[in-house]
Amino acid sequence: MPGKLKAKIVAGRHLPVMDRASDLTDAFVEVKFGNTTFKTDVCHKSLNPQWNSEWFKFEVDDEDLQDEPLQITVLDHDTYSANDAIGKVYIDIDPLLCTEAASVISGWFPIYDTIHGIRGEINVLVKVELFNDLNRFRQSSCGVKFFCTTSIPRCYRAAMVHGFVEELVVNEDPEYQWIDRIRTPRASNEARQRLISLMSGELQRKIGLKVLEMGGNAVVGYLQCFDLEGESGLVVRAIGTACTLDKVSSGSAPNTNTHVHPNTAPASNACNSPSKDGKEPVFGEDLPSSSGPPTPFRALPTSSSSPPPFSPSKPCSRQSSSSDTDLSLTPKTVEPKPVRCRPGIFLCPSSPTLSTDTLSLPGSGSVGCGHGLSSAPRATTPPPPSSIHSDCALLRKSVSFTEDLLLAASGMGSGGSAGKEAGPLKTLLRQHTQTALEQREFPFFTLTSFPPGFLVHVGGVVSARSVKLLDRIHNPDEPETRDAWWEEIRQEIKSHAKALGCHAVVGYSESTSICEEVCILSASGTAAILNPRYMREGCLDIGSTDHRFEDPSPPSCGFCHIPYDELNMPFPAQLTYCYHCRRQKVPDVLFTTIDLPSEAAVTGKGCLIQARLCRLKKKAQGEVNATAISNLLPFMEYELHTQLMNKLKLRNMNALFGLHIQISVGENMLLGLASATGVYLTALPAPGGIQIAGKTPGDLSNEHHILTIQKRINDTIAKNKELYQINPPELTEEGLGSPIPEPRQRSRLFRSHSESSDELSELDLSHGKKDAFVLEIDDTDAVEDIHSLLTDAPPPTGFYSCNTEIMPGIYNWTSGIQMFTSVRVFRLSNANLTNQGLNKIFTDLCENLLKSFYFKLRSMIPCCLCHLNFTVAVPEEELIQVAVTAVAMTFDKDQAQEKPAEKPINKGSSENEEQLQFPLELCADVSSANTQPSSKVSGTVSLLTPAAKLCQNQLVMIHLPGVPESTNVSSRAASVDYGSFADRCSTWLELLRLKAHTIRRGSVKTSRRTQSLAHSVSSLERCSPLPEGRSRSLRSSRSFGGSSVTVVKMTPLSFLPGIRIIKYLGIINMFFIRETTSLREEGGVSGFLHSFIAEVFAMVRAHVAALGGNAVVSYSMKECVLMENPNKNQAQCLINVSGDAVICVRETDQEPTASMTNIGQTCCSANDGAT
Amino acid sequence: MAVELDVFVGNTTIMDEEVYQLWLDGYTVNDAVKVRMEGGVLDECEASADVLLSDTMDQYRTFQMCERLLHSPAKLANQLLFQIPPHRQTVLIERYYAFDDAFVREVLGKKLSKGTKKDLDDISAKTGVTLKSCRRQFDNFKRVFKVVEELKGPLVENIRQHFLLSDKLARDYAAIVFFTNNRFETGKRKLQYLTFQDFAFCAGQLINNWTVGAVDNMVEDMDVDLDKEFLQELKELKILITDKDLLDQHKSLVCTALRGKTKAFNEMEANFKNLSRGLVNIAAKLTNTKDVRDFFIDLVEKFIEPCRSDRWTAADMKLYLTHYTNSAHILDTFKHQVVWDRYMGVIKSCIFKMYHD
Repeated sequence: MPGKLKAKIVAGRHLPVMDRASDLTDAFVEVKFGNTTFKTDVCHKSLNPQWNSEWFKFEVDDEDLQDEPLQITVLDHDTYSANDAIGKVYIDIDPLLCTEAASVISGWFPIYDTIHGIRGEINVLVKVELFNDLNRFRQSSCGVKFFCTTSIPRCYRAAMVHGFVEELVVNEDPEYQWIDRIRTPRASNEARQRLISLMSGELQRKIGLKVLEMGGNAVVGYLQCFDLEGESGLVVRAIGTACTLDKVSSGSAPNTNTHVHPNTAPASNACNSPSKDGKEPVFGEDLPSSSGPPTPFRALPTSSSSPPPFSPSKPCSRQSSSSDTDLSLTPKTVEPKPVRCRPGIFLCPSSPTLSTDTLSLPGSGSVGCGHGLSSAPRATTPPPPSSIHSDCALLRKSVSFTEDLLLAASGMGSGGSAGKEAGPLKTLLRQHTQTALEQREFPFFTLTSFPPGFLVHVGGVVSARSVKLLDRIHNPDEPETRDAWWEEIRQEIKSHAKALGCHAVVGYSESTSICEEVCILSASGTAAILNPRYMREGCLDIGSTDHRFEDPSPPSCGFCHIPYDELNMPFPAQLTYCYHCRRQKVPDVLFTTIDLPSEAAVTGKGCLIQARLCRLKKKAQGEVNATAISNLLPFMEYELHTQLMNKLKLRNMNALFGLHIQISVGENMLLGLASATGVYLTALPAPGGIQIAGKTPGDLSNEHHILTIQKRINDTIAKNKELYQINPPELTEEGLGSPIPEPRQRSRLFRSHSESSDELSELDLSHGKKDAFVLEIDDTDAVEDIHSLLTDAPPPTGFYSCNTEIMPGIYNWTSGIQMFTSVRVFRLSNANLTNQGLNKIFTDLCENLLKSFYFKLRSMIPCCLCHLNFTVAVPEEELIQVAVTAVAMTFDKDQAQEKPAEKPINKGSSENEEQLQFPLELCADVSSANTQPSSKVSGTVSLLTPAAKLCQNQLVMIHLPGVPESTNVSSRAASVDYGSFADRCSTWLELLRLKAHTIRRGSVKTSRRTQSLAHSVSSLERCSPLPEGRSRSLRSSRSFGGSSVTVVKMTPLSFLPGIRIIKYLGIINMFFIRETTSLREEGGVSGFLHSFIAEVFAMVRAHVAALGGNAVVSYSMKECVLMENPNKNQAQCLINVSGDAVICVRETDQEPTASMTNIGQTCCSANDGAT
Repeated sequence: MAVELDVFVGNTTIMDEEVYQLWLDGYTVNDAVKVRMEGGVLDECEASADVLLSDTMDQYRTFQMCERLLHSPAKLANQLLFQIPPHRQTVLIERYYAFDDAFVREVLGKKLSKGTKKDLDDISAKTGVTLKSCRRQFDNFKRVFKVVEELKGPLVENIRQHFLLSDKLARDYAAIVFFTNNRFETGKRKLQYLTFQDFAFCAGQLINNWTVGAVDNMVEDMDVDLDKEFLQELKELKILITDKDLLDQHKSLVCTALRGKTKAFNEMEANFKNLSRGLVNIAAKLTNTKDVRDFFIDLVEKFIEPCRSDRWTAADMKLYLTHYTNSAHILDTFKHQVVWDRYMGVIKSCIFKMYHD
């Protein structure tokens, strides 16, 4: 009996008129928690009733406290007929369960009705008295803090980062239960809201348990999602990063020498990977093996040591039906050789330097069976050249490559033999250094920015997708299928990371897209090498001994350095010496899903880069549909990647941060949207230009045309250079001698439908001194592609945009912010659209949205749209929906150029020295932390990273007997080489085994990977460098104009410029449904959604204010599902939002004045009331 | 291919004052887009017409949603739906309650009934104010009228507090309420030359001096109804014109004071009796509601028009009225000095205000 919940209903205001006769309302309130209900008296004939009720007390388990919301229903009393409901308020009690968060909930809440929207407000007081329960068998996890923020929250310090936690719960969707036929829409909506609220409570509790089990006390980067699977149920799932956080008391110096673990769990326990199965009772610390791979086996690659996760639970029939076929690329089936040599992508056979090398490459296959460079020559019999060539022909149609591929191919050729020998040695070395991480089941981190020293090197983007057919969840208590699906994907991600020579994945996220019974599961992250000291306590001591290995790589470029072995590059890439330190190698392009590390040196400013793509597909059912989708995926990934690459070059930039690729499935099309923030990393080489090549050099008019286009492109590049102020210092590389014997390779983007390679080699493609990126135009598609490249309008003067937290290159934010959500739905009326036409429509849609934002926010100039988060969906056959949430922030134009002094101290808005979350001592440790990875590096002094991008698509699709089950379509990815992956796995028999698993499982699966790598040594700390005192017109928490409404700021970022967060009050996670049967009267769908979104904002603000807060950070709208039926005059919409409620003060203000004392007072008064 | 849905919602509600004005003025979305395009917003921002349309639609929707709140402005400050900075709230309210002088001239003093509302399209056609805007203004008048009707205390203050209006606007509304309540005739052709501001000024004078509130400020309708006792007392002033001696004496006093000071002296002297009779008769008749309604038309017919035909200047007028008022104090047999001052003070300032072309 560990908790007493108390609630008091004070008053109502602005109630709707419920009695037409008197134009008044006889309101009373029902307060319900669990199965207990209390009622207030009826307050007759008033629209502003004062109930001033007694304290309603609920004595409940803390488990219930975590799961259940407090339900408050306002009703109109009716003597003769049933009482009419006015509306409801759900209050999440969770923030009260944490001693450090809010202590009382008190304030005005909008009374919400799913049919009428907000109908007045109600003033409520809620308190919780929690008794300590030390029962180790408990099922509750009160006290574990949750943060949506994907960095260590300000005002906390990470003592330890434990790692990945995940959980999912499933249930039947009330909307699809039989009872729904006989109940009102209101009842059905409320049942759904209640259920989801319960499920998220339960989910959070279970995750909390896992965190406690790991010895942590908080979850950072908590990402909760709903899968509305329709008939087959409702899934609520969440991932996060378990941490042990220490509170940094502002004003006091950081705790520099000790890492206090509030939790008593021993470190060893802390390192256990999270339990997959939350239902299993936790037996305490001494039985870690029940939940994760046993520690002793840690050195083994997980792929081989953990087969059980792939429970081969699928029916055998499926297994038997599987066979290996490359569905989309090679019609012929490859014989079941142990290693299938798939044609993959082929690098132009026409280029002489490559011809021999390619032979060693072709085997690069699917993830599961890919063989590394080092192993390939040994184990594989290269396919006969003839087959390669024919494959090439096939590939031409759809595939093109970028220069990395080519270069890598040649590079690998030369280094092949060396790699063979070096491989095993390296493997050993690495295994020594990475134990802490490798013993984890999933070394994933949902964080996107890190404590200084945490991130050592960045590899590149890894991602995996899988197409699944949904079937009914038969037993909601055992959501194994869904668990297994995610397990699979995570394994895949993990192996991708390994292939990149990385032991961890950061900036990790998962998502789904569902259409009818097909579901695409996606996961992506950035492969990285982390400093293990944060993983286990012991590591913190090792630092000093390893000092000698320390590689003094300059902090600002460390993360760019390649983590993999130069000679065993997992994919083709072009390496150069780091342009910053000149000692380590770096790739030419770097793609990541994380935020730009704060110490990274950037030239000029960044910008939002988007790749957009539509692909039509035939309408189909079930497995046929799933197959079709799986077949399309790799091509989409490839196209998106090519677009990104081209646009990056066009902006003269060389790295992408915050890359987020979303693929949405609809009945007759797939939508792909990749967003990222492009920057010019000073440490990476300057990108070459883009060169246009014509197919038929003889044709004069054609040539003229090409010249025109070329000129336009060059102009655009020049213009962009100016626009983004990219003026890299002229390189003196010769002086320092970057002795990389790089062959001047160029890549080509083929667009031809015929083989045409011969002439190409004759073209002079060099673009200045650098390698140009060649686009060949030989058909209209290509021309349109190029046009579309050029159609992206730059933001108008005074505007910048990015999808990361802050804009690289802008350091002096002022305090003006405007968070907004915008939704657009586009109806395609033209029935027979082509892919091209669709692409254009989609691109225009996105571009126009951006233009709209610029226009609307023009009064904020100079300003930057940050964290532009686009979500696309295909809600119906002919509809495309794009939802965007972002924040516009003003900055000081005059000082936009210079990054303030190195120190993070005056940078972060809420970041000054005492507030650093990480003790300085740790920063110092960073260098020693590097030791391990860098020792490996120093062995082969020039380990340099190519900006490689690996993309690997593997489709395994089999549900149909007789249909080839495993498809390995590799678009450009096929040229990928799994050198380091193979390295890491002791033999590649293991790989095969893994592969076999995959096949046996017989699911539809697509995986893709993209990677680029780097070393990173320095602090990664999020901040918006904002010199204090520049804040203008900050609205503080004071209420204005005599009104009682607290101003609540909202932002998708983890900070507010010019404002210091002094307290986190708990997570806000709300789910609302709104329905209307009078769509026209509410102003059509736009009017309906407009007011709904406004209402959602209002409810979020009210909850935050009631917790005593005045801002929401890391706000996001996870879900916005709109269904309309204009003919019936109906519409329904579901919105899920989340964020962290905080109290903040102006940076210049001393202490939490107003808000804190307010809370104190309320507490007192609340106490008084209670007694 | 069409945008089926397009919304933009900011945490802080975004409102463009220009668009707000267009909305208030009753422009349709398309017309508003045209006006904005002509205004050159596009050039500043490199935007296209689509963008402008989308923006205008969004803003119109926002305004429509806000309109409900604007009907009781006090709610705007403590509602939770829109987060609007206080200064912007003030602007929203002030603009919403602002009205066109041309429109208000048409309805001033009329009963705010359904009948009048039906005639709004004629008024719209006549004044060039869009029907939508006419309706909003009409509804505003009616709303304010209804609320303050039942309140105690000073009229202007009540309006200001209930509708959070500026002092100026609150005074204008007080005038409208006052005119409506007393049904002053303002529509006659002879009154057409008077602006709303002229009437508003006069209303202010009447409210401050002739209503119940001028004596006792704690009664209901104190500022809306004229002081009945005072109106009764005004009958006593008739002595000034019925008593021949008094009239002559008064005339000679005024003429003595005016002699040589104005070119219009002859006309003044000739017309004195007529003018004095006019003013005193107006005073004496005010007990009749019907005559109260005709107050302004009487002022014009009985006093302003004769003076104007004699080409008095404004200065002449001032001079004459000052001496006319003051001379009455010197009359030994005239005992109603207090009532006379209360009456003439208002008449004087009203006539000054109304004496123009």
